[in-house]
Amino acid sequence: MSDINPMSIALKNCAKTFADGTKALEPLDLAINAGETVVFLGPSGCGKTTTLRIIAGLEEPDAGGSVLFDGQDVTQIPIEQRNVGMVFQSYALFPNMSVAENIGYGLKIRRMPAAQVRTRVGEMLAMMQIEKLANRRIDQLSGGQRQRVALARAIAVRPRALLLDEPLTALDAKLRDTLRLEIDTLLRSLKITAIYVTHDQAEAMALGDRIVVMEHGRVAQIGAPRDIYQKPASRFVADFIGTMNRLNGAVRNGVFTCRAGDLPWPAAPADASEILFRPEDIRVTEDGEPSTLRGRIASAFFLGDRTRLFVEVGERQPLVVESTARRDFSHGEQVGLAIDPRGIVIL
Amino acid sequence: MRTKWLFNLQLGFTLLVCAFLIVPVILSIMAGLTVNYLVGIESGLTLRWVMEVWNGYRNTIFLSIGISLACLVVTLLIGIPTAYVLARRQNALARAIEELLVMPVAVPGLATALALIVTYGSLSGFRTSWTFILVGHVLFTLPFMVRSVLAVLMAIDLNTLEEGASSLGAGWWRRFRDIVLPNCRAGILAGSLMVVTLSMGEFNMTWLLHTPFTKTLPVGLADAYASLRLEVGSAYTLVFFLMIMPLLLALQAFAQPRLKKYVPEDDTHE
Repeated sequence: MSDINPMSIALKNCAKTFADGTKALEPLDLAINAGETVVFLGPSGCGKTTTLRIIAGLEEPDAGGSVLFDGQDVTQIPIEQRNVGMVFQSYALFPNMSVAENIGYGLKIRRMPAAQVRTRVGEMLAMMQIEKLANRRIDQLSGGQRQRVALARAIAVRPRALLLDEPLTALDAKLRDTLRLEIDTLLRSLKITAIYVTHDQAEAMALGDRIVVMEHGRVAQIGAPRDIYQKPASRFVADFIGTMNRLNGAVRNGVFTCRAGDLPWPAAPADASEILFRPEDIRVTEDGEPSTLRGRIASAFFLGDRTRLFVEVGERQPLVVESTARRDFSHGEQVGLAIDPRGIVIL
Repeated sequence: MRTKWLFNLQLGFTLLVCAFLIVPVILSIMAGLTVNYLVGIESGLTLRWVMEVWNGYRNTIFLSIGISLACLVVTLLIGIPTAYVLARRQNALARAIEELLVMPVAVPGLATALALIVTYGSLSGFRTSWTFILVGHVLFTLPFMVRSVLAVLMAIDLNTLEEGASSLGAGWWRRFRDIVLPNCRAGILAGSLMVVTLSMGEFNMTWLLHTPFTKTLPVGLADAYASLRLEVGSAYTLVFFLMIMPLLLALQAFAQPRLKKYVPEDDTHE
């Protein structure tokens, strides 16, 4: 499968203002390495799809912006000559063609001889494990099958980059997990430059070499999934990616004092008035173990492998605490809590 | 028990409605084949009236078929691109054009015909040609083609389909030919059937637009009913019926979608 020659993509000063005056994207500079999988993540209307469409050539950036493929300016080149594979949320499969014809369409346009088209279509059908569907009509396929066909069709033409616009959003949760794994394996084995747009942070974390978190047409943070999760650059990123707990208080002599109690924290900066931490960095203490904070259980959800607790500590929001599934919790129960200071983030 | 009673009632009602519609057709056909309609079927069956119509009026039939097919070609050539543009442009101007297109259907045919005669009547070569009638028919039938195609184009996600095709390298013409046209096949078929049948049966406008040398079938039919025996008129209907049915069936067959079969390589010996 090493027949794909990955390319680097760069955006220079790309902004987008729509005809009605809506500013969809503030001027953006972005460099994507060859063979890298970059995920654009953000809520709807954050500009992630617009950015993808500018890279694809479906939208033109405002004057002054340029798109570079391997250092070459392609801003004025229409999508049909950019040789990028696209996968759409609605699949965009052609209802007038069979599965095999859909996959072979791009090759036919490239005037590939029929015999070679058939070979390539066969390869793609095998790769996506949909050989049996070759002669089906599109309306005879399930959502997951459709997305497999759409992927096969986009990859068949050996594109220089693969652009995926919320490819799994229309599928149900279980299928989403399966296909996410498949897409991950596929992107890694193809070593193709891929840009993946989603609003689902779990998808972004699983697939991205790097994640570009976007908000209101601006980049909020760019980084590896681990960096973005552990060192969010802003409150928006902290809240959008995963669950974040917050406690308000003040630091005095290496102790953070809040309504729930005193938290020894030697490395505390003197001006910290709010601390943030992930549910996995706080735990319920065992009986007899010294606990730093105390709270009252507002609700407990048994999830099978663990129990998710919402603990009232006198803040606006209850703390989310992950606990082992072995212990039984009851509503209103008083519990002791311990926080791992290494997980504390200040913004 | 109760449902069976209800079912029988519905069946009876349906059959009654069908009979109400079909009996006149049968009577009309029989009238065209009866020696003397006033006497009734006892007077015997004959092909005399059919032959009389065939000899006297077959030119009107051919002219009507010719005009309706020409009308179909023109409405296809104008109507499909129009619908495509209207579907792509979702603005007030597009909506206004869409509404304006329907005007010739709302305005009485006689008024449209008069307007055409007042404007172009002095161009004698045009006035006496069958194309003069064609212009009227195109005006009248175009909205039906545009509307049918537009409805289908609006129902499919045309934009995304085209974006998908262009991401695979298809330029404008390939997209139109490979994606747009095949996917609005159903609308084109519906529009075509409307255009052909409406053009074939159009009387209002044609009555004013025709000349003695450009008499269409409905005009001839009116003549026959007005000036000849009822049997001749009925035979006329019969001939018309026999000529238009194959045409409409052919149109339907032509529009059937076909998928090419993919044969994997190692199965080629089959």
